[in-house]
Amino acid sequence: MGAISTNNRVGSAILHGRNCVPTLKDVMAFLETLIKIAVYAVMAVTIVAAIGVVTLHNLFHSALALVGVLLGIAGVYLALQADFLAGIQVLIYVGAVMTLVIYAIMLTQRLGDKNIPQTNRQGFAAAIVTLLLLYLLIGTVCRTPWLANPPARHIPASALDLGQALMTTYVFPFEAISVILIAALIGAIVIAKKEREP
Amino acid sequence: MEYLDQLFVFAKRLMLDLLARFLPDWIVLVASMVISIVAILIFAPLTMMYLTLLERKVVGRIQNRIGPNRVGKFGLLQPIADGIKMLTKEDIVPFQADPVLHFLAPVIIVMPALLIFAVIPFGRGMTAVDLNIGILYFIAVSSISTIAIFMASWGSRNKFSLLGGMRTVAQMISYEVPMVLSVVPVILVAETLSTNAIIEAQSAGWFVWTPWGLAGFLIFFLCAVAECNRSPFDIPEAESEIVAGFHTEYSGIKFALFYMAEFISVFAVSALAVTLFLGGWKGPWLPSWLWFLLKAYALIGVMFWFRGTLPRFRVDQLMGLAWKFLLPLALINIFVVGFWYFSPGLWKWVGSLGILGPSFWIFTKLNRSYVPENRVYRLAEDENNETVGA
Repeated sequence: MGAISTNNRVGSAILHGRNCVPTLKDVMAFLETLIKIAVYAVMAVTIVAAIGVVTLHNLFHSALALVGVLLGIAGVYLALQADFLAGIQVLIYVGAVMTLVIYAIMLTQRLGDKNIPQTNRQGFAAAIVTLLLLYLLIGTVCRTPWLANPPARHIPASALDLGQALMTTYVFPFEAISVILIAALIGAIVIAKKEREP
Repeated sequence: MEYLDQLFVFAKRLMLDLLARFLPDWIVLVASMVISIVAILIFAPLTMMYLTLLERKVVGRIQNRIGPNRVGKFGLLQPIADGIKMLTKEDIVPFQADPVLHFLAPVIIVMPALLIFAVIPFGRGMTAVDLNIGILYFIAVSSISTIAIFMASWGSRNKFSLLGGMRTVAQMISYEVPMVLSVVPVILVAETLSTNAIIEAQSAGWFVWTPWGLAGFLIFFLCAVAECNRSPFDIPEAESEIVAGFHTEYSGIKFALFYMAEFISVFAVSALAVTLFLGGWKGPWLPSWLWFLLKAYALIGVMFWFRGTLPRFRVDQLMGLAWKFLLPLALINIFVVGFWYFSPGLWKWVGSLGILGPSFWIFTKLNRSYVPENRVYRLAEDENNETVGA
């Protein structure tokens, strides 16, 4: 939170009504501070919503809290200047995945109840999976060399860069995921298909 | 001419110049954002108000009526009378409803509808925010409205609301797929996601005058009508079956907000269709913003025409159209645009039409509903054990 404490004249001018004319540079610094505060606020809301997902007693409310979490993550992507990723995040997760999740909730038997309980008896398995994911994440975080002052460079995050990377460097994982997706689609059709009456 | 074309741009610049005379830079910076936001916040509800009047007039004429003509000249003050009526009505919240969700749903549903306006290029230099992911932003933001409809339908605790909500989701998931895929050819040819750049790419000719453009436009427009829940795709709020669908339990201003979201989306999707396929604000003689509004209102007129002419789809017909007709056609369209891009001269016309025409014909044939000549009614037989109606 270092940037908030930096002495910028716009902030003091606004806060204390002091008579000093801020320059455009000051304004930019002030706006950056505001953006930083906004990003921290978005992160805080995301975490609160994430806690809500696992603690709210109503399954439907949990799902809506999850929508909040996913939107918050999209906001963080935006702050990191990954516009394309943020757009995709909203389109895929909020627009498609969450809609499917809520649809699945609507198809459950207890829909008529006022409170749909959100717990089941698979806590142990879920804990194991979560711990494995945590291990992976911590491993990745530890292995990444975090630079204190990353050099200003072109970060390939635009749609064009991502597309080129997917079609050249990462073409194999991309194709593998496509094949898995096709397999899942075919599997879903096979499961959903009615058995023909003889 | 030049002055008329840039009327609103000049107006904004004039205001900023006036401010810059006696106010510091940063206020001018903030004012430049606020002016755009305020312009959108005034334009959107105003559009909605007069679209309701226009729809009632047009549908009235189609049905051989006159339409509203009592309030003001030609009924021009009718939307204001409607607004006052909506505001003064009692706000009823059902006893069993989830109060938070019931309240939040109409608030949230208006937000994506308004946010969309940020990337719509109303004229030359008249985009509020020229995002480099404009189209993606549009699709992503408009997909949030499904969640709000869900909140309304579940929060009301009413079976008709719930049925309407489930129908909405089924419809929105289905039609979003071909809608996004029909935009892909435009992005491929324009090589950009920015709305402004897509219009610039149509300097040589509107995309709709190419085979893939025409197919893409038709797919996009049909899906857009479905995404707005308008006739003939209005099964989520089918009055004759489920009262009013997801907004059955809403009254007063909350009900008005649902209508506002619907009409603003109608304008927004028409505007996007104009941007993607009809050359946006490009056109001779008239100012650019006038061209844009004319084209958008022409598409809105077609939507009203649909409403006045076509009966509502059945659920299975609706799903069949999206999954069995529009989706495969949109996929083939992506292939066609690749062919178009890489072939020379006349070949691209011959090839594209040669692929699109037969596939359109084949999909139409395959989708023809099967009607058996000799219907068998297993449960309705008369006393002689003969099938009725055979």
